[in-house]
Formats: sequence, structure tokens, C-alpha cells
Amino acid sequence: MSRHPTGGIVRGGGPGTVALRVVLFAVLGVFCLYYLVPLFVMISTSVKSLEEIRNGTFLSWPRAITFDAWDKAWSGACVGVRCDGLQPYVWNSVMMAVPAVFLSTTLGALNGYALTKWRFRGADIIFALILFGAFIPFQVILLPMARTLGVMGLAGTVPGLILVHTVYGLAFTTLFFRNFFIGVSDGIVQAAKVDGAGFFGIFFRIVLPMSLPAIVVTVIWQFTQIWNDFLFGVSFTVGDSNPVTVALNNVVNTSTGVKEYNVDMAAAIIAGLPTLFVYVVAGAYFVRGLSAGAIKG
Amino acid sequence: MTSIGQRIERRLPLIVVSPLFALSLFFVYGFIAWTIYISFTKSGVMPVYTLNGLAQYDRLWATPRWYVALRNLFIFSGLFISISMAIGILLAILLDQRVRAEGVIRTIYLYPMALSFIVTGTVWKWILNPGLGIERLMRQAGFEGFTFDWLVNSDYAIYTVVIAAVWQSSGYAMALFLAGLRSVDDEILKAAAIDGAGPLRVYTRIVLPSLHPVFLSTIIILAHLAIKSFDLVIALTGGGPGYATDMPATFMYAFAFQRSELGVAAASAVMMLMTVSAIIVPYLYSELRGARK
Repeated sequence: MSRHPTGGIVRGGGPGTVALRVVLFAVLGVFCLYYLVPLFVMISTSVKSLEEIRNGTFLSWPRAITFDAWDKAWSGACVGVRCDGLQPYVWNSVMMAVPAVFLSTTLGALNGYALTKWRFRGADIIFALILFGAFIPFQVILLPMARTLGVMGLAGTVPGLILVHTVYGLAFTTLFFRNFFIGVSDGIVQAAKVDGAGFFGIFFRIVLPMSLPAIVVTVIWQFTQIWNDFLFGVSFTVGDSNPVTVALNNVVNTSTGVKEYNVDMAAAIIAGLPTLFVYVVAGAYFVRGLSAGAIKG
Repeated sequence: MTSIGQRIERRLPLIVVSPLFALSLFFVYGFIAWTIYISFTKSGVMPVYTLNGLAQYDRLWATPRWYVALRNLFIFSGLFISISMAIGILLAILLDQRVRAEGVIRTIYLYPMALSFIVTGTVWKWILNPGLGIERLMRQAGFEGFTFDWLVNSDYAIYTVVIAAVWQSSGYAMALFLAGLRSVDDEILKAAAIDGAGPLRVYTRIVLPSLHPVFLSTIIILAHLAIKSFDLVIALTGGGPGYATDMPATFMYAFAFQRSELGVAAASAVMMLMTVSAIIVPYLYSELRGARK
């Protein structure tokens, strides 16, 4: 994103301009609050006691900070009949996300490379057909997928979810890498071909090392998508194999007992922390992934 | 021997792509075909494979709950898309005014996109809680008679889904428009300024019209999000009260996994696919064609 030198339209001196800029910052500030208040509410509610929650409002500042709710959300809250907190489900999500991200990214890189640098007849049509898979409403594959997982003996398991996320992540990862490799000069690949380097030799020694930015964007995108997924998790897993998003929803929506809003909020933060962390650390790459999802070709 | 090796080497790209393409054919197109086929059968709890004409579609379109889902989708997408776009354009234009700390502000606007809809639903469920949420806040601020029960009110619950969804996705619209604004040719802006066009005129007459591709892709992305919205409804209202906030995605899930009416579920999924395809296929077609030029 390069700035253009005039930088917008409000410029020059004079009292009118100053007033405009005050309004500008006021509006921007109000929207900052709008986006930040729910985060504040989550954090502050999670460190309040239930009594304080009942007596105050959701915006009031916590008086006596306690981490009991965090403790309970992590290792004591009941998900269904099991009361071990979110901890086991966080591990499920990790065990699911890491292999699925690795597999879908690697296969997407190979796919994108083969489709752009070794163009063969029908490459464009193959790409278009694969790409469409990124946009289908997944409801249309839920029923056959459930049956296929059953036939493969993977129903209700973490490996089953890895398969699902790899297969349906492939369309996006192929898109990301194809778009990146299109910008890579064919000359380098041609030269390597003349030197006798093969398909995999060029891939590993030349193409892969220069596609680090594309790898980072894809890994971040896939990790966010897979970690945050709920539809596949709730459709294809049961109880012990639930990913953390499904477990969080179960914690929040259990109707038995006293409603513990502080535990709900702590659980929500625990479920959201990994992707939030990735966003804060590598925000620029996250945004690039978002816009790559928007502007194709 | 070398000739066989060479022949394999020459075919290697195709050998690599073929299995991946086959995966896509099977898991995307094969599965779509299966769902379409099932929607033309009598399938109930278990799939049966004898064709039964359009009976499931007749049943689907005779189900009041399906009309609730469609009406909600209509209300939700209309409001969600227009409000997110309005906020997105406003914030993008404001951020384009050489704002100090732009990076920080942009990060704040966009972070909800990194969260799961389940997390978003959980926190908004708490803020909108009829007893302890906004209602309590306003009452303590002195408005004794203030009531805010949208979350549990069948007529208004769908708007709470809009509120949470806009919070999550409007920053995304902002990012897309900001990228668009940054790509507007500066010479045009300078020329307009020299001609004496005021700031408002520059934006409404010159900048925004030149961004129509960005408008188009943003609308398509948001519409796509809206049609697929499932997680947020489940986390925020669970589709309730009753089925007042049902959407096609939650309708399909309920009929497939809770009520075990596979035929109706498949028929509703096919309706969703057709809707998405009507939006996405022309878009992808024009994007891919444009790229090839």
C-alpha cells in the first residue's frame, strides 16, 4: 500500500481544516471504541466474580480481579458431561490444525507451481474447476462427507477433520500460490530447465525458497480458517474429538446450573487467543490473505 | 531406461496435479452430484437411491420454517451488506486523509476478522443479554423503563445477528476499500483539485465511481459470507427463539443432523448452491478472463 503524495483531500492550513481534522479524529476514535469495547468486555468480565457481575454492568471496571474463571474455563468447566474445561479441546484443535495447515499448504504450493510454471493443456480449466471449490456453500457436501468419513472409519475423529480441512483448503491454497507464481518470472524456471533441472529440483531449490511470503500468507490464512471453523467440527466430530470452537459453544449454551458469564468470557478468549496472536504478530500477512481472497486472477 | 525416466519426468507436472485434481473432482463435484441426486429421492433417516421426482422440493417449499429462513437471509444480507459497506467506505475515506497512527487504527478495525464467529457470538450474546447487558447499563444510567430484549424477541432477534456480523466484518470492507483508494491515480486527484473541485465532489464524482470493481468484489464477498452464515447464528441465538433466526445454513443443518430428513436437507443445500453459483460463477468467469488478457 503506497500512499499517494497529496494524501487524501483535507489539506492546507486555515481554521476550517483544523476543525475538519478534529471531526476526522473524533469519528475515527469513536469507531476504535466500537471495535474495542467487546474485547474490553470480554477481558474485564473474565476477571470479575459472579457476584460483581450481577451487581455491576458489563462496562464497569473490575474491582477485585480474580482468575478463578480462567482456571475453570481452562480445566474445570463442563462440556456436556465431561468437566475438564477447554484444555483437551484446545489440544484437539492443535492436533487438527497443524497437520491440516501443513498438508493443504504443501499440496497447494505444488499445485500452483505445476499449473503456472509447467503449463500444460487444460491447466486453466483445471484451475477454474479447483477454484470453484473454495466458494461452494459447504452444506452441499456435508451429507456425503459424513457418509464417506463413516465408510473410511474416520467418523468423529481428529484425522477425519484433518482430511476435510485439507481437501477443502486446497482450493484456497492453490489460488494463493498460483497468484504468487504468476508473478515469478518464467525466465528463471526456463533457465533451470535448460540446465537440466527437473520438476522437483526446480521446485525445491529455486521456487520454494523464493515463495516465503506466499507460504506465510497461506499458512496464516489456513490456520485462521481451520482454527476458527465450526461447521465441520460440529458436523463431523462428537464429544471428545470436538475442536475448541465447538466446545466453547457447548460451554456457553449449556442450560444446566448457574450461568457463569465470567467463565464464558474466559473460554471465549482462550478459543480466540491463538488466531488473535497470529493477527497481532503478522497482521500485514493476514490482510494480504484477506485481499487475495478478494482479488483473484 | 533413460527414455522411460525422461518420459516420466516430462509428465511429472501432470502426475502431480492429477491426484489433487481427482481429490477436488471427488470431494467437490462428486459430492455435489450425490447431494443433488439425494434431493430427488425419498431419503429420510437413511439415504435411498430410488428416484422420486421433485417431491423433496415440494416438501421444502411447503415448509413454513424454510420461508422463515429465506426471509431472515433476505433481511440479514440486505442490512449486513449495506451497513458493512457504508462503514467500510466511511472509514476507508477517513483513513486515507494522511492520518497519523494509521497502522494502529487499521489493526484495531480489522482484528475482529481474526476471531471465530463463535467467539464473536459469545461476547455479543453477553452484551445483548436481556437482563444484564445493555438493558442493565441504561437502567443504571437513569433510564428506568429501558428495555432491550431483541436477543429473545422473535421479531427482532435477527437484527442482533446483523449487529454482531457488522462488528466482525465491517473492518474487512474498510480494508478492501482502502486498498482501492490507494490505487486511484493521483494525477486525477490533482487535476480535480486544480479545477477547484471540493473534497466532497472529488470523492463522490471521481474517486468512488472509479472504484466500482472494488464495490462489486466487496458486495460479492459479503453476500457470500451472508449466505454461508451459520456459526454466528448458532452461537448468538441458536437459531431461536424457536426457529425465528433460522437461515438456510442452519435450516439445512437442523434437517440433516437433528431431524434426519436427508431429502429435504439435500434439497435445501442444492438451493443454497444454486444461489451461490449464480453470484460466484459469473464473477470468477470475468476475473479469470480478465487475468488472461
